[in-house]
Amino acid sequence: MITTDEVCNVHSMTEEEKYDLLKNVITDYEKKESNLIQILHMAQAIFGYLPVEVQHFIAGQMELSASRINSVLTFYSFFSTQPKGKYTVSICLGTACYVRGGKEVLNKLKSVLGIDVGTTTEDKIFSLSVMRCIGACGLAPAMTINNKVYKQVNPNKIPLILGMLK
Amino acid sequence: MAMINLTINNKAIQVEEGTTIFEAAKLNNILIPHFCYMENVHQIGSCRICVVEVEGGKTLMASCVTAATEGMIVHTNSERVRSVRKVIFELMLSDHPKECLSCWRNQNCELQDLGNLIQLTEFRYEGAKSKDVIDSSSPSIVRDSSKCILCRRCVTVCNEIQGVGLMNPHHRGFSTFIGPSEDELLGESVCTNCGQCVLVCPVGALKEKDTTAVVWEALYDKTKTVVVQTAPAVRAALGEIFLYDPGTLVTGKMAAALHHLGFDYVFDTNFAADLTIMEEGSEFLARVKNAFTAPGEKAVLPMITSCSPGWIKFMEHRYPDQLDHLSSCKSPHMMLGALTKSYFAEKMSIDPANLFVVSVMPCTAKKFEITRPEMYNDGFANVDAVITTRELGRMIKDAGIDFRNLADGEFDSPLGLSTGAADIFGTTGGVMEAALRTVYELVTGRELPGVKLHIKPLAGLNSIKTAEVKIENPLPQFKFLNGVTVKVAVTSGLKGASVLLDQIKNGTSPYHFIEIMGCPGGCISGGGQPRPVNDAIRTRRLEAIYREDEGKLIRKSHENQDVMLLYRDFLGVPLGHKSHELLHTVYTQRSKN
Repeated sequence: MITTDEVCNVHSMTEEEKYDLLKNVITDYEKKESNLIQILHMAQAIFGYLPVEVQHFIAGQMELSASRINSVLTFYSFFSTQPKGKYTVSICLGTACYVRGGKEVLNKLKSVLGIDVGTTTEDKIFSLSVMRCIGACGLAPAMTINNKVYKQVNPNKIPLILGMLK
Repeated sequence: MAMINLTINNKAIQVEEGTTIFEAAKLNNILIPHFCYMENVHQIGSCRICVVEVEGGKTLMASCVTAATEGMIVHTNSERVRSVRKVIFELMLSDHPKECLSCWRNQNCELQDLGNLIQLTEFRYEGAKSKDVIDSSSPSIVRDSSKCILCRRCVTVCNEIQGVGLMNPHHRGFSTFIGPSEDELLGESVCTNCGQCVLVCPVGALKEKDTTAVVWEALYDKTKTVVVQTAPAVRAALGEIFLYDPGTLVTGKMAAALHHLGFDYVFDTNFAADLTIMEEGSEFLARVKNAFTAPGEKAVLPMITSCSPGWIKFMEHRYPDQLDHLSSCKSPHMMLGALTKSYFAEKMSIDPANLFVVSVMPCTAKKFEITRPEMYNDGFANVDAVITTRELGRMIKDAGIDFRNLADGEFDSPLGLSTGAADIFGTTGGVMEAALRTVYELVTGRELPGVKLHIKPLAGLNSIKTAEVKIENPLPQFKFLNGVTVKVAVTSGLKGASVLLDQIKNGTSPYHFIEIMGCPGGCISGGGQPRPVNDAIRTRRLEAIYREDEGKLIRKSHENQDVMLLYRDFLGVPLGHKSHELLHTVYTQRSKN
């Protein structure tokens, strides 16, 4: 089985090595359609996002239509067909975060970064996305940056948080 | 089978375990209003119109996916059900353009039928419209997403029935759209153009690319000699557009209507179906001879029929390494087109540049087929336009022709005469039976054994059908076939085609000859045929096709006198130089996605 460690080393890999790794992932998952979501997760971990070429590669390996692959991955907001920036900023808009001001935080993020949800800054540093409940309702409104959770954020804190990263 | 007792609308009902509420109601003459439901094909509760109230249930339930259980008390028409059904319909309409008068499905639309039943007096919900993509990149099918109501019938047929998997839902919620992937155009995709999605679309979201305007233009053009030909399956279904029962043959009225529309010559694709049998049968015998008498060489068997352009494109995408199994014969209407612009043009001293050939087909894929670069000879397209059975129906109505009261007309000579063998091209199993009628007789000098020349196991709607024909005491030139059992298989619908092709790919195919039609049931239920199509209607059309065959005096292609004359005066022999030039083709390897 491919380990997470192997996937974590992808930044030093060539494109060809990445496709080889993905091929092994698909073989590990026995090319089963029922494992497609796991395969897409791994593919996104390897490539950073899921461009058409990767979708077609998976389709060919799994003997599924490319449209079927696209159908599944566009259903889930976690998957992206656009390259992600160095940092993915995700604001939670689940019920608790929404009523505690998540929407205002999102608007602030949009104006500070100058981008819309689902897009990436020109310098490829920040991507912006929205999630629906990350199970941290007690910390609402919550935000994550590359899997690190920021609790009880408010619009005023945003420039500071982002500034520390840059 | 265990039985279940339940109550629907205060009526005590007993049904077999596993029956859905919808079916239980239907069996007891209670019709639950429904929309996306297609019996045995599409029952996923996606539209929610068929909701019912089950006592004790927290919410209403979609009756087409909910199994009846013991003691269930169901109401299909309570105040709550009727009010919810109305809201569901209103919400559907809130994201649907209300341009019915300029929609091609006007008066032939299942959403309108539902509206007729629900009877709204106002539109309470108006808001954003989610979709507005019109994809007209394909020569066969136009997708207008603004009209799509997300019922997913096309998704079911494209994935489950045809195994193509191109039509799928993408994104979610209000942004959902049905089609190929976001940036993919139908015309550049793996779409086979079979049109089964068009056949099941309840609204105007999927339609054939309309070619009637081009045909009218040609008919009005004084410099053009306009020739029309009709496929075998059209005559068994066209009547339905004029409210005849399914399975009514309207061959004579159809020929008369085509003359009335102003076509200069009305030919019959069936003539070329007989010709196809001569060419394809000869090709099969040549391959078999090679297999049995030249053991060193690799003989490419089984040979697969090539009449169905949807099937051909599927094969080119999915099995690009197996293309040499395909017969090199063009499909019958392409052959007839090529002959019209050569043999007929010469005979009548008409410049082929002034000939315009129209094919009336049960098929949307034929619209794509005529655009293939191989389908040109001497710079002229073999066929200039393809219209579907539905489009012909519209033209006849538009021209004010009283179809039901037409006196029967006739096809014109010399490309109008055909045998019963050609008629059965219209249904699954027909091409194989027609080929065997001729091939068996060429090999043995005797008539194909079987009641009324039929090979019973090859008829009917089963997905894969097989038969064996043993050759005994052949004519001297075929003595290498003595004692050989010829194995054949027939399938219709592309899912079955995959099964047979996988066998070929793995080297396990036991067959010598395979017939494949792209649409389930064959051309009788092609993507260009009148709606609705279900197995009951397929069976009626199929029976009509066999009736047409049995009603003919001559029922074997090699006994078609006009075909024999064509060989004598023009083509020479089957598989000869001229045949190769005009009647045969090559195939293209295409990408899998």
